[in-house]
Amino acid sequence: MLAINNLHAKVGDKEILKGINLSVNAGEVHAIMGPNGSGKSTLAGVLAGRESYQVSKGEVLYKGKNLIEMAPEDRAREGLFLAFQYPVEIPGVSNNYFLKAGLNEIRKARGQDPLDAVEFLQLVKEKINVLHIDQSLLNRPVNEGFSGGEKKRNEIFQMAVLEPTLAILDETDSGLDIDALRIVADGVNKLRSKDNAILVVTHYQRLLNYIVPDFVHVLVNGRIVKSGGKELALELEERGYDWVTDLAEAVHN
Amino acid sequence: MPTTEKKYDWLLKNFDSLEKSLNGESKSPIHAMRKHALARFVELGFPTAHNEEWRFTNITPIRNTQFHPTLHFADEGITKSRVEPLFVTDAKSIRLVFINGHFAKNLSNTPPSIKQMKIGSLASALQSGDPTANQYLARYASVETSAFVALNTAFMQDGAFVQIEDGIALDDPIECLYLTASSGRPLISNPRNLFVVGKNSRATIVESYVALDENACLDNVVSEIIVGENSVVEHDKLEMEGENTYHVGTIQIHQMAGSNYTNNVISLGGKIVRNNITVVLADQNAESTLNGLSLGTGDQLIDSHTTIDHTMPNCTSHELYKSILDGRAKGVFNGKIFVRQDAQKTDAKQTNKTLLLSDDATINTKPQLEIFADDVKCTHGATVGQLDEEQVFYLRSRGISERSARDILTFAFASDVVERVHSDSLRERLRQFIQHRLEEGRNTRI
Repeated sequence: MLAINNLHAKVGDKEILKGINLSVNAGEVHAIMGPNGSGKSTLAGVLAGRESYQVSKGEVLYKGKNLIEMAPEDRAREGLFLAFQYPVEIPGVSNNYFLKAGLNEIRKARGQDPLDAVEFLQLVKEKINVLHIDQSLLNRPVNEGFSGGEKKRNEIFQMAVLEPTLAILDETDSGLDIDALRIVADGVNKLRSKDNAILVVTHYQRLLNYIVPDFVHVLVNGRIVKSGGKELALELEERGYDWVTDLAEAVHN
Repeated sequence: MPTTEKKYDWLLKNFDSLEKSLNGESKSPIHAMRKHALARFVELGFPTAHNEEWRFTNITPIRNTQFHPTLHFADEGITKSRVEPLFVTDAKSIRLVFINGHFAKNLSNTPPSIKQMKIGSLASALQSGDPTANQYLARYASVETSAFVALNTAFMQDGAFVQIEDGIALDDPIECLYLTASSGRPLISNPRNLFVVGKNSRATIVESYVALDENACLDNVVSEIIVGENSVVEHDKLEMEGENTYHVGTIQIHQMAGSNYTNNVISLGGKIVRNNITVVLADQNAESTLNGLSLGTGDQLIDSHTTIDHTMPNCTSHELYKSILDGRAKGVFNGKIFVRQDAQKTDAKQTNKTLLLSDDATINTKPQLEIFADDVKCTHGATVGQLDEEQVFYLRSRGISERSARDILTFAFASDVVERVHSDSLRERLRQFIQHRLEEGRNTRI
């Protein structure tokens, strides 16, 4: 589904990703872990099409297509979804209005008819219970005045409605208490199927207790320095990142 | 250089024609007012950039044009079916239609005059010697400092006249539709409106301005509004004139104790638009709300000057003015708030926000607070910015095209002014107009 080959990316003159190689197949959950500043969020941003990053080298193939050349909206229409680390507040635009507009664009790309207001509301009601979101929140402006936990749940709710084939969760666990974490993880797990894949970007291991990954990759200083199974996350939790950071230096020198 | 008198020869000739057509009425006090106003206009002349109030508003095209008033009503071939789609409130509304400043009875829909409520044309009110019209006309809008008020007063003949007595709650809006249609030579229209609302009453007034052709026109309006004790008045003004219309609108509001007045001004059209809105909070516990939304594109210039004069204690005022400027459009906002020495416990809040959609659009914004009382709460804030790219990206990341994302965000910026309009049908029409204008603006940009 996703093939990242020797990906280099920079912000301005600063190179942040320095040759990422990663392959994700349908049905898999991959976790990208790493210390602060290692490039985790940059990788998520590059994949979603954030324009502040320039890809200087390498390629990203998504469903066999060159992802880097696609506009962010086209990526979304092809089934890619980014759960934001910092969901944006948009005063004056209701959550439902914007989500219906997005969903119908994606349905159009899939060759499906757009949903009318009633059908959309039905879909929303189905998904909303899973995430314990107050329905009144959805008539409010996007994320405006939402608590940190509400914002993150809203991200996963959007994911549930849009049903992506590749979901990227960028530090979705940050700022969540344990109850909210469970709710969010439940939502994500409901989406898991043999047809789609999930990329979980996180600093801490605890989210991975709930969303159990098939593979764990450790990103340090713009490179994946170690890959393994779910037990690697536990090892990181126990030994900290210094251990792999040293490893990275050893590998590089 | 021509002397001022020579410069305005064309205007004086028009005034002579007006005078000749008046017959007996030329000896009336109203006509004395006109003569004084004309003299005052000739003294003042059209303002230039040297005048502080017009520093950023270049009206050279107005100064260099000889505009001619229409002295008598002519229907200009405008039929009911042409007017019908132009109304912005629903069919239950009371409707007054004016063509080039004159009341078009056949196109209007007014209730029969009863003692408690008179809704109709100023010309007929003056003809019948209506005491309220005579008492309040030109009482608050001063010809001494404003050339445009002086010019309007010199040529005032007709406009809307509404008088609502005490204790009347009028649910349906009074919609006044002002049309201009010229036969080719530059036209000046001088609608003169007078709205007098008594005590404990409620009314909604909607003024809307439409040009029916692209000929040069100066629409020079003066509206005077008296809001009686404990009355509630909403006053919406929608300006959507043509590419060659100059619109100068003066609204002078006089509020009595405990009254509540809301003014929403939406400016979408016109080449140069200038609104002068002045509220005098003349007695205690009055509340005033001024909202404005300007959408400028191409070479449009849209200028909003507001003055809120707190003269007495315990009054509140809120002001929210927003501009969305595209192309080479220019915006001007000047918001004066006076808090007089007696006006203790004043609570005044002013906000001005501008969204610039192009590199060449500009805004000059100036809050001007003059406070002479010591126990007051006054805040003001101004922001100028562009669309937030992080918001654009967020919408795009959910499958929405960049074009739609920008439209959605621009519309959202406008919406908090639109949502303050109470009439459902008017609000819905405004949404449509704004959506349409955003699409138009985008098409010219591409």
